[in-house]
Amino acid sequence: MSDLIKLSLADIQKGLKAKKFSASEVTSAYLNEIDASNPKLNAYVSIENEQALSMAKASDEKLAKGTGGALEGVPLGIKDLFATKGSHTQAGSHILDGFKPEYESFITNNLWQDGAVMLGKLNMDEFAMGSSNETSYYGAVINPHRASGSNKDLVPGGSSGGSAAAVSAFLCAGATATDTGGSIRQPAAFTGTVGIKPTYGRCSRWGVVAFASSLDQAGPITRTVEDSALMLSSMAGFDKLDSTSVDLAVPDFAAAIERGVKGLRIGVPKEYRMDGMPDEIEKLWQQGLAWLKDEGAIIKDISLPHTKYALPAYYIVAPAEASSNLARYDGVKYGLRVNGDSIDEMYENTRAKGFGAEVQRRVLIGTYVLSAGYYDAYYVKAQKVRTLIKRDFETVFNDGIDAILTPATPSAAFGVNDQEMKADPVKMYLNDIFTVTVNMAGLPAIAVPAGKDKAGLPLGLQLIGKPFDEETLFAAGRVIERSAGLDFTPKKWW
Amino acid sequence: MSVDADIVRKIGHLARIKLKEENLEGLAGELNVILGFVEQLDEVDVSDVEPMTSVIPATLRTRKDEVTSGNYADKITSNAPLSEDNFFMVPKVVE
Repeated sequence: MSDLIKLSLADIQKGLKAKKFSASEVTSAYLNEIDASNPKLNAYVSIENEQALSMAKASDEKLAKGTGGALEGVPLGIKDLFATKGSHTQAGSHILDGFKPEYESFITNNLWQDGAVMLGKLNMDEFAMGSSNETSYYGAVINPHRASGSNKDLVPGGSSGGSAAAVSAFLCAGATATDTGGSIRQPAAFTGTVGIKPTYGRCSRWGVVAFASSLDQAGPITRTVEDSALMLSSMAGFDKLDSTSVDLAVPDFAAAIERGVKGLRIGVPKEYRMDGMPDEIEKLWQQGLAWLKDEGAIIKDISLPHTKYALPAYYIVAPAEASSNLARYDGVKYGLRVNGDSIDEMYENTRAKGFGAEVQRRVLIGTYVLSAGYYDAYYVKAQKVRTLIKRDFETVFNDGIDAILTPATPSAAFGVNDQEMKADPVKMYLNDIFTVTVNMAGLPAIAVPAGKDKAGLPLGLQLIGKPFDEETLFAAGRVIERSAGLDFTPKKWW
Repeated sequence: MSVDADIVRKIGHLARIKLKEENLEGLAGELNVILGFVEQLDEVDVSDVEPMTSVIPATLRTRKDEVTSGNYADKITSNAPLSEDNFFMVPKVVE
């Protein structure tokens, strides 16, 4: 393994500027590692060798002239949900077979404008629906981490499982990801990586395949807090092509990371102390609070009374929006088509073959809750509960809380093909219990690796911030990262 | 509220997904687990609560009503499974 791939994104940036190595060298090093590792981990669904090398070459020319952008020559992996012109963009689904967009997403365009290099497209749960990356048409992604002494395959979390696994296993310097109910933060926690879901509206959704439009938000997964700040600064920004994009200046997030937490008021919501939560998670949470307190933060008990209703409300709102967004996959405009005697039969055959079981289940639920006679009882009710969830957060922020600390997930990574979760969809959904409230309220939140369970598997803590105050999350996240001081490099078995 | 095989068949048709007869009972069971889970919301008093319409305080922007892009039908149809002269082709819909 080349040492270049083990560098942080920030160190790659510095090394390239100082001409210690070239963009072509670091890109080749990653491509070699992908070649060797991907057959086992299945993190990439498409590897763009030629494009990566030609982008790296262009970066080297700019770096030689001293004209490179902020991410010049930095090799990244891109979640398969982002439209990338002329290359694989299938949202992990069979129904988008062969789809190669004629346009580029706003976010990836920003990254290329800043000089980043695309290594390839990353595996994900189909249409971002899943918490284990097992619903992908391209098969499950395998977590680079294993319990010590075990050779059992674990899931990397989902839906951005390919992004998290690739970052953790050094198959890219950083990756784009998206989060509708926890799809950045839960896989980050399962793989010992950092993931931030920014405030709704911070990153444009234009060119990101839609799942649930009022909840979807893109962000980075990286190996360090600083790297996340660097990537988000490039990804974020106002886009007139997304009607919910917010016209706000993008701060220099990296400038905030060493700001510290002195005097910050950190809330501890009592509703996040769930029955049956493993002791290790509770201990990690207390440890995180102690670290923040040691650096001068003020810890306050708070209450977010509607927390337990976030997940049930989510499982109305998200499928409802998904059933509407996914209506466009009809065998006419792009992707798979299965013929039938009539146009309706062609639609029905195409969607039966093209959508996997989880996507079909959610489209059916969404169609049901939006159907005549049920709309008020389900969808309107869920949106009312959502108002209450958001109000809970507004109340504590108005009372002077700056950020909230919670566990990121209720457990460490679980096994591939877990029979209990397979038998009960709700059991799988409970993975998002600590993350989903944030999407319902549109808030920013970061997951930072903070400890390990007794089997040596990574565990993460989550910090939730005020709208558009990602900077505080980077600062507090950095304190946790520094205080934990752990190495989350997976022990190589593949 | 719960669903049975007949309702699932009807939802499948509304969603334009062909469901196999032998899967309807199983699907009804799965959907009922989810619907049972979301029934918890009945505990919440939502009288006098407005449904959320926008998660961030924002009014939709408007712009001048003018043509800003277009004339690329070839690009739009380039990914179609079946197209002819920049038209999408579908099974016959009019006799």
